Amino acid sequence: MLKTKIEVKDFNFFYGDQHALKDVNLNICKNKVLGIIGPSGCGKSTFLRNINRMNDTIAGTRASGTMLIDGQNIFAENMDVVELRRRVGMVFQKSNPFPKSIFDNVAYGLRVNGRKDKEYVEHKVEESLKGAALWEEVKDRLQASAFDLSGGQQQRLCIARALAIEPEVLLMDEPASALDPTATAKIEELIQELKKKYTIVIVTHNMQQAARISDYTAFFMLGELVEYNETQKIFTNPEKEITEEYITGRFG
Amino acid sequence: MDRHFDKELIGLNTNLLKMATLAEEAILKSTEALKNRDGDIANSVIQDDTKIDELENIVEENAIELLALKQPIATDLRFITTGMKINAELERIADLAVNIAQRVLEIEDQPLLKPLIDIPKLSEIAQKMVRGSIDAFIERDEQKAKEVILSDPEADKLRNEIQEELMNKYMLKDGTTATRAIPLLLVARHLERICDHATNIAEDVIYMVRARVVRHKKLEENGK
Repeated sequence: MLKTKIEVKDFNFFYGDQHALKDVNLNICKNKVLGIIGPSGCGKSTFLRNINRMNDTIAGTRASGTMLIDGQNIFAENMDVVELRRRVGMVFQKSNPFPKSIFDNVAYGLRVNGRKDKEYVEHKVEESLKGAALWEEVKDRLQASAFDLSGGQQQRLCIARALAIEPEVLLMDEPASALDPTATAKIEELIQELKKKYTIVIVTHNMQQAARISDYTAFFMLGELVEYNETQKIFTNPEKEITEEYITGRFG
Repeated sequence: MDRHFDKELIGLNTNLLKMATLAEEAILKSTEALKNRDGDIANSVIQDDTKIDELENIVEENAIELLALKQPIATDLRFITTGMKINAELERIADLAVNIAQRVLEIEDQPLLKPLIDIPKLSEIAQKMVRGSIDAFIERDEQKAKEVILSDPEADKLRNEIQEELMNKYMLKDGTTATRAIPLLLVARHLERICDHATNIAEDVIYMVRARVVRHKKLEENGK
């Protein structure tokens, strides 16, 4: 039986006067991959960034409705946002390693969270790099600068960094859009592995990628959730005409 | 938005329609050849089959190319995959028309065993079913496809009647009629197989239109 990890009810979000998300309702299942698709400006990244309240940093934003993680209100006043972001990790479009060694990049989150004992940190760094399918490529040069890595490796390093603090949910905002096909394939394979332990929400402009890796697909347009269903259904027989037009490229 | 891809899909559609026209013509001509025991017509059916074979390859290569290069989804995907299946069905239909033509050549020099009544009737049903399935494909018409599927039992029944008549009235009574009865028996079998392929096309059309697989199921099980 599928377990709901994140429950979204009548969720609205505003950037000042701009109504960016309108009455969004959906449940994100635990240990599944949700792909979010839609034209630029449709609200998909806004939606993603709300799950760990990344939009808090933008002035003049406002949210209404509910967004729950394991039944806990993400937007509750007493929600510890730092703890929320530990539970809900994020990987961005452009890999953003710190100007540090490979090791220190992954260890960073642990140290910030107060885990300083060497043995634990070393163990966790190795485990995270293995989890991100990067260990074999970097195990002999952990002290090298993260900037020495290729684009695809840097992105996997960022995934390892997110994994180190043991999140429950991973948000990915076009994580492979700047990568070559080989690096993209590695990230996609990795996502299939990661979903065994984590719940994954991924925003992508690449229809085929959404079809390949996600279990569920949500199609957003103009801030509204137009259609949400199993990926197999969306890509073989979508219910809404507009979804069909968008995914087949007839849109616009 | 107009898509370049749509032009390529139209190209695929056009070739499938050419296939369908050639297949229909082959059934019509092979039946004419049988009725008139005309070896020339029978031979022309056999010769024309290479055109259908060539077209089958073109459609198949074209469809595979579109799958590989355009990575179609939703209705585009259903159209191309259905097109590939219909392509194979049409080629088989044309092969069966060739089989009928070959039977004609076997009996063209001999007097007919009996006046042909039911076999032309079965041929008419077969042609109607093939045409109906192709119309359903062209018009994306689920209802027409269902009508084709529902007429298949009629073809089966007629084939059984032909078989029983040839067996009981001729072959069992007089073994020497076998050389003239067996080719007719086979023709009935070929025509009935054509009806089966038309049914397959109709089922594929329903998948294309409704994204519902109805093969090997009764229509009622599929929510009508």
